[in-house]
Amino acid sequence: MYEHIERNARVTWLLLAFFVLLILALGYAVGEVSDVGYAALPVAAVVAGVSATSSYLYGDRLVLAVSGAREVSHDEQPFLHNTVEGLAIAAGIPKPRVYLIADSAPNAFATGRNPEHASIAVTTGLLEKLDRLELEGVLAHEMAHIQHMDIRLSTLVVVLVGMVALVSDWFWRSMRWGGRRRSRDGGGAAGLLALFALVLAIFAPLAAQLIRFAVSRRRELLADAGGAMLTRYPAGLASALAKLDADREPLEVANKATAHLYIVNPLKEWGGSLNSLFNTHPPIEERIRRLRDMAGPTADFPPAR
Amino acid sequence: MAGWIVIGIVVLLVLYVVYLYNKLVVLRNRINNAWSQIDVQLRRRYDLIPNLVEAVKGYASHEREVFERVTEARARAIAAGSVGEQSQAENMLTGALRSLFAVAEAYPQLRATENFQQLQEELSGTESKIAFARQFYNDTVLRYENLRQSFPTALLAGAFGFGGREYFEMEEAAREPVKVQF
Repeated sequence: MYEHIERNARVTWLLLAFFVLLILALGYAVGEVSDVGYAALPVAAVVAGVSATSSYLYGDRLVLAVSGAREVSHDEQPFLHNTVEGLAIAAGIPKPRVYLIADSAPNAFATGRNPEHASIAVTTGLLEKLDRLELEGVLAHEMAHIQHMDIRLSTLVVVLVGMVALVSDWFWRSMRWGGRRRSRDGGGAAGLLALFALVLAIFAPLAAQLIRFAVSRRRELLADAGGAMLTRYPAGLASALAKLDADREPLEVANKATAHLYIVNPLKEWGGSLNSLFNTHPPIEERIRRLRDMAGPTADFPPAR
Repeated sequence: MAGWIVIGIVVLLVLYVVYLYNKLVVLRNRINNAWSQIDVQLRRRYDLIPNLVEAVKGYASHEREVFERVTEARARAIAAGSVGEQSQAENMLTGALRSLFAVAEAYPQLRATENFQQLQEELSGTESKIAFARQFYNDTVLRYENLRQSFPTALLAGAFGFGGREYFEMEEAAREPVKVQF
């Protein structure tokens, strides 16, 4: 677990450095191809600095806002609050803030930059479809993500991946304008399409690779194990995972940039090479099997599906 | 030359002792902190009990014996001193509360009131928090005791007066999905 926390810290800094370099490189490229010239470079530097800092500090709020999460009070959701508080006590960390997403697809995620600034969000569907022990298991899984410092990295990934998409768009547009000024005499359209395809070809897998690099699928298994350690009841989480997997309803507020945050893949679209590129979660069967191994052969465990 | 080696060894030994001593101190402080977490939740439970008794009294005033048992167990739990005493008193209180809820079972109107449902939810929430706090506390005590009793820390612990710490034993609530009836 400690190696995992260290790896998280290392990858976080690498990611930030990579991001700043990428923006600078793009600024340079924009300067080259358009009429802006080298003025683009300091602009890019400012953009990189500001966005890296703000995504570190405010990434969690952005993620919560994008997901349509609303903070709930103790009186509204006493069981949710009590369980989160209890699990935080068991984990020895401060109580995270509790958010609710109004969506009937059952899912949950945790975000924040450290245990002192952490939030857990669950969907209303999760509260409706799971029993209390299953819910406890899911919340414990999220608590383990907070404890393992997974949240800082995964939150940063959401923001940076979103930004890469934005920047690639910006890059493409500046190419078009610059191109138009320089070659007015036809033949531009085909060239533009080719360029567009090139940029897409570079950035889409890059974003996917970024996610896969940063969020190892091992961290889900570690969070499962950590969560089971907190509740001392692996069967609760296992049965929750089986239920979440069986539920085919996609979560509307989730997208490719935020999918890796959730306890199970919220997009529910399997197959296809691009989707498997973005596949950030280990197969449910494997996760349940591991939880069963934790419980031991004699434990009462719900039958496999 | 030999003198320097001896000095080096002595310095290393002293550093090692300082390291072990600090480790013991950190764990001891963590135990105290974990205990205060339990204490907060226990107090929360004590605060909820009078309201709960009042709520049940409104419907079943003749069950005086049960109310007295709960009140007495609560008073004893508040007064408890050592960890062992505390766990004994808490187990008694849990038993008394169980009979209080058994009484409440017979009054569907009582169970239907929002006040009672809220109190029941808060109480079971607090009890699960006590269980989590106890888990954290006992884990910490285990780590402390493992360090304290193993060689060579045992010598150090004796010399610097690091005493043993008690585990907080409590009756384990049955692992069953809580059914809330509406």
